[in-house]
Amino acid sequence: MTRIRRLFAGAAPVAQRATPPEYLKNGETGPALLLGKNTPARHLLKAVTVVLCTALATGAQAQATGDLGLVVERASGSLLVVDQSERAQVGRIEGLGDLSHASLVYSPDERFAYVFGRDGGLTKVDILERRIVARVMQAGNSIGGAISDDGRYVAVSNYEPGGVRVFDAETLEMVADIPTGSKTIGLVDIPGTRFVFSLWDKGETWIADLSGEAPRIRKIEGMGSNPYDALVTGDGRTYIAGLFGEDHLTALDLWQDKPVPRPILSGYARGREGLPVYKMPHLEGWALAGQEFVLPAMGQHEVLWVDARTLEETGRTAVHGQPVFAMARPDGRHVWVNFAPPDNDTIQVIDTLTKQVIRTFKPGPAVLHMEFTPRGHEVWLSVRDAGKIMVYDTQSFEKLGEIAARNPSGIFFTARAHKTGL
Amino acid sequence: MNRAALILALAATPALADQDAAVLERLVRQDCGSCHGLTLRGGLGPDIRARALAHHDDESLAAVILDGVPGTPMPPWRPLLSEEDAAWIAEYLLNGDRK
Repeated sequence: MTRIRRLFAGAAPVAQRATPPEYLKNGETGPALLLGKNTPARHLLKAVTVVLCTALATGAQAQATGDLGLVVERASGSLLVVDQSERAQVGRIEGLGDLSHASLVYSPDERFAYVFGRDGGLTKVDILERRIVARVMQAGNSIGGAISDDGRYVAVSNYEPGGVRVFDAETLEMVADIPTGSKTIGLVDIPGTRFVFSLWDKGETWIADLSGEAPRIRKIEGMGSNPYDALVTGDGRTYIAGLFGEDHLTALDLWQDKPVPRPILSGYARGREGLPVYKMPHLEGWALAGQEFVLPAMGQHEVLWVDARTLEETGRTAVHGQPVFAMARPDGRHVWVNFAPPDNDTIQVIDTLTKQVIRTFKPGPAVLHMEFTPRGHEVWLSVRDAGKIMVYDTQSFEKLGEIAARNPSGIFFTARAHKTGL
Repeated sequence: MNRAALILALAATPALADQDAAVLERLVRQDCGSCHGLTLRGGLGPDIRARALAHHDDESLAAVILDGVPGTPMPPWRPLLSEEDAAWIAEYLLNGDRK
């Protein structure tokens, strides 16, 4: 970029807007959207950019990874490499085994991804060279993983044998084995080279500190029955576990030396029949919308709001079905929700200020996952049964493009590399 | 549907149209697979490959599919599946071709 700027110093044409600005007073509503996508100035700029990029890339074959991403193709054991700004696929990496419910994390330099397969496979892939660098079968059945804040360790949580195993991020050699005697879920990283995870069968949360020679484990009992997933906030302070066996969630303040479980949203379904859950909700670190966390209810067609500071309930929004993901757009202004079968063809968008659903639409059969671009101007949806990734503008809700993919599920942009808990 | 009709439906399982069978097989792999794994070897839910289900017969397994297992995450699928569908899935899981 600096090189481009230097080349252009003093010479860059100043693009003139063809349409003069419109000034609005409070109370007035502006026109829909004027993206000015096809103005002649835009075309000129684009042409100049293409010429420049071609010139600069010659020889070096350099490609930055900052706007790349990976899409899990769950049935075929492959990853699609996608380019966010091109809205296109740029490659495919194959041979990763059973990728149902697979997730991945990125190395701090955004070049490598660590992929956690359901079959216990841990695979390190090189996004630039589009190949598998290392792969180990580390357990019989696993559910997710995390990378430490310093990028040195990759941890995987396993159903069978239940526990967490920690690997050297460089070589995938195992450096720590932490059996829990339980299916282990909700594994996240927090500052201080630590990992946090929860025990489905025991209702405990453990904090593993990997900063020293041997891991140090703090066990926190009394989280509640059957934690099924958990999230940590972007500051690494609040860990929230969803509970299958309770009518509440449980939060921990990880800034305390001895965190104490605190039930939140107690009795959110009291007196109401639990509806069948055809797919467990997911909790991910996209929960903060303004000053509130937004969370999917279990067995209710609702998303729940809690004050991020006091953890008191601040509202509920009735939605179209059992929510799976309730994800705040990176700026927090809107929350996008997808649903379990049989309502998984639908997306709803909620306005954070009014907590009202402002948009309901059906992108296609089986919308499994959503991923925002880092600043939230677009959202990418994986529409499994349509075999497509669909890209939407998050302001106008206009569909901007589609990318063919085989049974796509999780979408992961490399910007996750720099976020705690992702 | 009464019991006699269910037995008739079970007996008639292979008569399910090919495209219905394809839809149900996809449902088993993709949606049951959310918890039981795409290869049905288990996840949050248990292994549901044929040998792990040996304690079931077609009827008892169809009942589990339709009514779920209270106190566990296994939901009742009755709102989404007919008894014929459940019978087909039970038969598929117990005897089906594991590729």
